[in-house]
Amino acid sequence: MRKPALAVLVVIALAIYPLVVTNHFFLHLSIMALMYALLGMSWNLLGGYTGQISFGHAAFFGTGAYTSTILLLRYGISPWVGMLVGAVLAVLLSLPLGWLTFRLRGPYFALSTLAFAEVVRVVVYNWDSLTGGGDGLNILTDLGGIVRFYYIILALTVVGVLVMRGCVRSRWGYFLNAIREDEDAAEALGVPATRMKLIVLAISAFFVALAGSFFASYQLYINPDLVYESQISVQMIVVTVVGGVGTFEGPIVGALLIVPLSEYFRGLSPVANPLIYGLFIVIFMMFLPEGIVSRVRSLLGRRTPAVTDGRQVGASV
Amino acid sequence: MKLIPYLQAVVNGLLVGSLYSVIAMGLTIIFGVMRVINMAHGELIMLGMYVAFWMFTLFKLGQVASLLMCLPLFLVLGAGIYRGMVNRVERRAGEMGTLLVTAGLSYLVANAAQLVWKADYRSLPAALTTRSWFLGGISFNYSLMWAFLAAAMLTAATYLFLIYTDAGRAIRATAQDREAAALMGVQIHRTNMLAFALGTALAGMAGVLLTPVFYVYPYVGRVFLIKAFVVVVLGGMGSVLGASLGGLLFGVMESVASLFISSGYREAVGLVVFLLVLLFKPSGLFGRSRF
Repeated sequence: MRKPALAVLVVIALAIYPLVVTNHFFLHLSIMALMYALLGMSWNLLGGYTGQISFGHAAFFGTGAYTSTILLLRYGISPWVGMLVGAVLAVLLSLPLGWLTFRLRGPYFALSTLAFAEVVRVVVYNWDSLTGGGDGLNILTDLGGIVRFYYIILALTVVGVLVMRGCVRSRWGYFLNAIREDEDAAEALGVPATRMKLIVLAISAFFVALAGSFFASYQLYINPDLVYESQISVQMIVVTVVGGVGTFEGPIVGALLIVPLSEYFRGLSPVANPLIYGLFIVIFMMFLPEGIVSRVRSLLGRRTPAVTDGRQVGASV
Repeated sequence: MKLIPYLQAVVNGLLVGSLYSVIAMGLTIIFGVMRVINMAHGELIMLGMYVAFWMFTLFKLGQVASLLMCLPLFLVLGAGIYRGMVNRVERRAGEMGTLLVTAGLSYLVANAAQLVWKADYRSLPAALTTRSWFLGGISFNYSLMWAFLAAAMLTAATYLFLIYTDAGRAIRATAQDREAAALMGVQIHRTNMLAFALGTALAGMAGVLLTPVFYVYPYVGRVFLIKAFVVVVLGGMGSVLGASLGGLLFGVMESVASLFISSGYREAVGLVVFLLVLLFKPSGLFGRSRF
């Protein structure tokens, strides 16, 4: 089947889904799966396609969540506006980080994201007057039923798919691949590597912050441990690694698999859930580093384009 | 007399910083030789801390015993992690793969520790950890003094090992140029494994030395991982000398800075240092040379 037709069918099916399935828990699972698909895709754009691993995307998630919530609680501004403000703020946070670390080659970015996210968390924790500190913030107004939220996250995810698909399908996609494979060679061929990495980081931060705002409005309660914890970053990485780093469908497949599983384990023990995430990364990196999507593709006998020397984690445009 | 708090901060900073040096040395040796950033370094420290804690709590065994136990234990553990995991992933998925797999390992170990030992903050009895010796109004904590001494000895031993033994030379040669070293007959695979084992052992032993001074809890690793990164970047990535001097320097900076800012923001000091180094001297304060 042709891909656009299939994609449209999937979206239509997803749109009808809440009309058929009315079970509250299943809807909740679907909402979380869609949200993690969006988060994973955003992480993958930077981590998978461009090869810049981030351990600090929770900082953008939390910023989106806190911005829209604070605007709503203090100034009565609608979360729709707050969501956009949060996303812009996350972009503004990402630029200095990228500007500082992308000029240097190698793992400086990966290292600084971890420290960066930790410090943002510490600041939010200590800025009681604005953020409510460790107690967090409660949204007391009801922002709509679960079906409404389902459609919101579906719409956000579709927009995310379209924008990021656009990125990797255009010339930019080749730029990003080139940067990941060999940054010096890419620059020598005229790829504006630093600028591209900054743009991609900004896009990634933007969508992660949107998801953060969504999460806050959906859950009606946030605190630093919920939205700024490194677990959020780890979960983005897990859905991507399981599905296939650097494949477009990877994070979506990963999210559909992992999210229901993790919700199940959450019921068993609070520690079991994060434990499973760590285990998943290790097992997949050791035994299936290219992820499910790439493996299925190669089993179906389709050549995965853009793989250069087999050393790279899954890769295709 | 106003000088005393500052001198005290400098002394404490130097003493604690010596431990940061040991941690950062472990991280930088692994990075220098293999270009692998070990995201699980913090959890190795955490395991070392628990070893020391339980050895004392259960058997009343002091730090010397814990250190002697940790050395072979963590050497084997490091070699195992390298052979079983890092090497395999490195071959198949490159630098990105090792970054991700060690991050996963870190998360796994931290949460397994949480499961087994619960989230409690544990510490050794205060009688052991608060004894001090005074000199002109400045206090020198016994545990810290001892840790400093042990850290100095570990640093010296690491240096002597790297400079005077064949295995140490192989490590340095591989860090400088992997291909050339291989051509000169250095067994790259074995050298990598040795470097990983050495880095792991340094992390574990640093953990033992940190136990009297810091609380032990399952997620403590991340705190030290970030500090180690800051120190490694400060000293220049892959530089052992840089890591040992950078550790002392960072310890002092952190300690002096905490006189001026509230304790809640103390963790932010690291990032500020980190960003300043990246801005003004990205190759680290002590130049680019490795080892």
